[in-house]
Amino acid sequence: MQLSVWTYEGPPHVGAMRVATGMTDVHYLLHAPQGDTYADLLFTMIERRGKRPPVTYTTFQARDLGTDTAELFQTAARDAVARYNPAALLVGSSCTAELIQDDPAGMAQAMRLPIPVIPLELPSYSRKENWGASETFYQIVRTLAVGDSSRPASRQAGSPRPKANLLGPSALGFRHRDDIVEIAKILAALGIEINVTAPMGASAADIARIADADFNIVMYPEIADTAARWLEKSFKQPFTKTIPIGHGATLDFIREVAGLAGVDAAPALDLAEARMPWWSRSVDSTYLTGKRVFIFGDATHAIAAARVARDELGFVVCGLGCYNREFARDIRAAAAEHGVEPLITDDHLEVEDAIAAAHPELVLGTQMERHIAKRLSVPCAVISAPVHVQDFPARHSPQMGFEGANVLFDSWVHPLVMGLEEHLLTMFRDDPEFHDGAGASHLAHGTTTNPPRTGEGDHPQDGGGEAGLRFPDDIAPERSPSVSADALPPPRTGEDLGDVAVLDVAARWTTEAEIELKKIPFFVRGKARRNTEAYAAERGLASITIDTLYEAKAHYAR
Amino acid sequence: MITTAPAPALADAGCTTAPVLRERGQREVFCGLTGIVWLHRKMPDAFFLVVGSRTCAHLLQSAAGVMIFAEPRFATAIIEERDLAGLADANEELDRVVRRLLARRPEIRTLFLVGSCPSEVIKLDLARAAHRLAGAFLPDVRIVNYSGSGIETTFTQGEDACLASLVPFMPQLPEGSAQQLLIVGALPDIVEDQLLRLVRDMGITNVACLPARSSRDLPAVGPNTRFLLAQPFLGDTALALEDRGAVHLPAAFPFGAEGTTDWLRAAANAFGIDEMHFRSVVAPGRERAKRALEHSRARLEGKTIFFLPDSQLELPLARFLHVELGMIPVEVGTPYLHRQHMAAELAQLPVGTVISEGQDVDKQLDRVRASKPDITVCGLGLANPLESEGFTTKWAIELVFSPIHGFDQAGDLAELFARPIRRRDVLRV
Repeated sequence: MQLSVWTYEGPPHVGAMRVATGMTDVHYLLHAPQGDTYADLLFTMIERRGKRPPVTYTTFQARDLGTDTAELFQTAARDAVARYNPAALLVGSSCTAELIQDDPAGMAQAMRLPIPVIPLELPSYSRKENWGASETFYQIVRTLAVGDSSRPASRQAGSPRPKANLLGPSALGFRHRDDIVEIAKILAALGIEINVTAPMGASAADIARIADADFNIVMYPEIADTAARWLEKSFKQPFTKTIPIGHGATLDFIREVAGLAGVDAAPALDLAEARMPWWSRSVDSTYLTGKRVFIFGDATHAIAAARVARDELGFVVCGLGCYNREFARDIRAAAAEHGVEPLITDDHLEVEDAIAAAHPELVLGTQMERHIAKRLSVPCAVISAPVHVQDFPARHSPQMGFEGANVLFDSWVHPLVMGLEEHLLTMFRDDPEFHDGAGASHLAHGTTTNPPRTGEGDHPQDGGGEAGLRFPDDIAPERSPSVSADALPPPRTGEDLGDVAVLDVAARWTTEAEIELKKIPFFVRGKARRNTEAYAAERGLASITIDTLYEAKAHYAR
Repeated sequence: MITTAPAPALADAGCTTAPVLRERGQREVFCGLTGIVWLHRKMPDAFFLVVGSRTCAHLLQSAAGVMIFAEPRFATAIIEERDLAGLADANEELDRVVRRLLARRPEIRTLFLVGSCPSEVIKLDLARAAHRLAGAFLPDVRIVNYSGSGIETTFTQGEDACLASLVPFMPQLPEGSAQQLLIVGALPDIVEDQLLRLVRDMGITNVACLPARSSRDLPAVGPNTRFLLAQPFLGDTALALEDRGAVHLPAAFPFGAEGTTDWLRAAANAFGIDEMHFRSVVAPGRERAKRALEHSRARLEGKTIFFLPDSQLELPLARFLHVELGMIPVEVGTPYLHRQHMAAELAQLPVGTVISEGQDVDKQLDRVRASKPDITVCGLGLANPLESEGFTTKWAIELVFSPIHGFDQAGDLAELFARPIRRRDVLRV
């Protein structure tokens, strides 16, 4: 058993729901107990869909257990097919149904329904959401795709333009909606026709003609990799390996796609909307150089973000990890390239420990890392699912392509103190507008509406309002107590942080050094304190003076 | 100056003898695990450990939203493949998880082991596990077991199962002690305090609440206990209390001016409180409630409302909206109908209201579309899809999380229903 408060991924049948909900005429019959319909609200609330997900739950209860559940299943199947008239029916079990002896695949096939039935085997006790989505998409493609597997896919007679499929976008995908638009722009510039986009927006008939394309574009390997490999084997369709997140990756992607399609890459390489390179070269961005960034998310987004961070913003990657073990190998390779230890875990406490130990100046992660960063008073931007409702925005907000690179620049740089502002904060730190408690103007939780924060031991107030659901005040999130500057306890207990942050602090701060420390801007003060204490501990110093502080600063200078 | 409605004659009134539409099919409802989200706030020294699957953890995360990050006092012991290999192993694993948890959280005084669908289907005996672990952790930590599984419980029934599991631990009220009033059901602290003030002002001094704010400070119970249900979903808890000799006081549930008056009157009658004194105590709150309701009356009067089943609060709320605001209930769905506890509510619903128990969600949505109600009360999985079809909805879960009981919340309760209609009227997009 694994003790868990927060999970990065749902169970595999939620992945199957993401694929079914993305498509237009596929229905999913889920053998599941009463209550599993909770997953519907992920789609209707977080993604704000105006339609119910195309899922029928058998809703068995305790009194049904025994032979009754099979009949329940068949009745539900008949009703669902009659009511929704789908072009194909997915059938499968949720975690509880997996434990009872019913066989959804067998039962559904015995019914001789007039449509294709696609049985899903999703092992709930060993696999998770992304795997479920990937397996479901693969089974759908495998069952429905029609084509001659003996010869390579060739350009359709009468269609002068090369054709590509876009594979991977699904319901509840982080920015999938807008990424499709950006990829479509690139393909239009290259004169490539989109054959099928799937699962998002595809019908069963679309999947049937998926073999008509010349090649595949794998947008999200977490969902599309298995299906793309099968299509390559079955229909000789090659697929793209580059994920076009970031300016450089987008250029590489265009060249790769142009190569696969046999067209000239030039028309797509120089799109006028690519503002990111100039923004990053402009002088206000100079202060971004060498900022330490910790990156965690799904492997695809994390690896892409690391390249953008290092090559396009001039950051230093100080931590890199993912929660989906299926792509651990890719993360290890990327981590080696950046010279950091790979972090592959689905335990958010481990991620928190690693972030605290790395002392990053920016965290790029999921909703969970946002909250970790908030606790640690570190700026943060979201780069990967899981995300809350605010990361399914109304505005166009892709991650891929040139516009995606523009979006990345804005959303990663905004949480940082801007160059000019950082300069002013240091120059005028004793002025009323720039006192420590004022914080940066764009850190919502660090504004003057909160009590001034006067020490690094203070916790930012854990703001509410970010929940997928809203709650009234009487059950609002528990708030961290405000800690007075005199107390200055470490931000977290030793147990919470693990051993990494528990230093044997033998050295005592002299009053002068303590006063000097408080002159350092609050957002780097914590690091200065830790560095100085570590420096003193290494040298066995009994007390920390102003000199020790600056000796340490010189020692750790970069 | 104050006129209270005469106690309604229950027999043959309203919907008392109306046929109940019983349906089974797909149910779009939460399971009882969801109760943890509000119960753990009420008992700050308790921890809720669900023994279940990743689905259970995902549900709690989805229902609890941002609270997940504030060191919440609930978690899931996720059953993995190797736990399914053999039961002995699963028990050892559970013990290990509990020991680790209690070592991390020494302030916990009560640990609830909460059963889920997977733990029940594999017949993991959590009652025995609670007993086994109690030996190791008592007296510091009391370990209690109940089921919040979807196969056994619907949404608020999780609270019922939790409170019923505490009843055996309540001390015995000494024989010959004075008659005691017990208020049963988790209420927001501010509401609980208001109701306790009113009860004490009436002259009932021996009064206690279940759950208590400290999980170990359980009230006593015995043949001299008279209990009022503050929530309509507490059938098993009521049975468990009756098994210990306590006597249920039938009443309407304390929603709105009339419901709260009726509820308090049941206590007043049982404790022989003088009618004039009772009226003088309730008059100020009752008048305030009536004034507060006037704000929403114009918007709600004559409007039709359709309740899909969710929490068992549907019947009392429909009664409140009908009697005090003039709304017309079309269909009132409830996941479970306890006729005895609902007697006062059924009697006050207008003849012709469809009362339904259970659900076949597709058929019920067909009825919503056919009857075109002005407002539909439903879960979050259905609310946006219905809005996009042009229906105005009120999402039901908010009614469980918001303070809505008693005189001083009556206006807020009406506003919860008036707001979606007002929004529909003000939007120009």
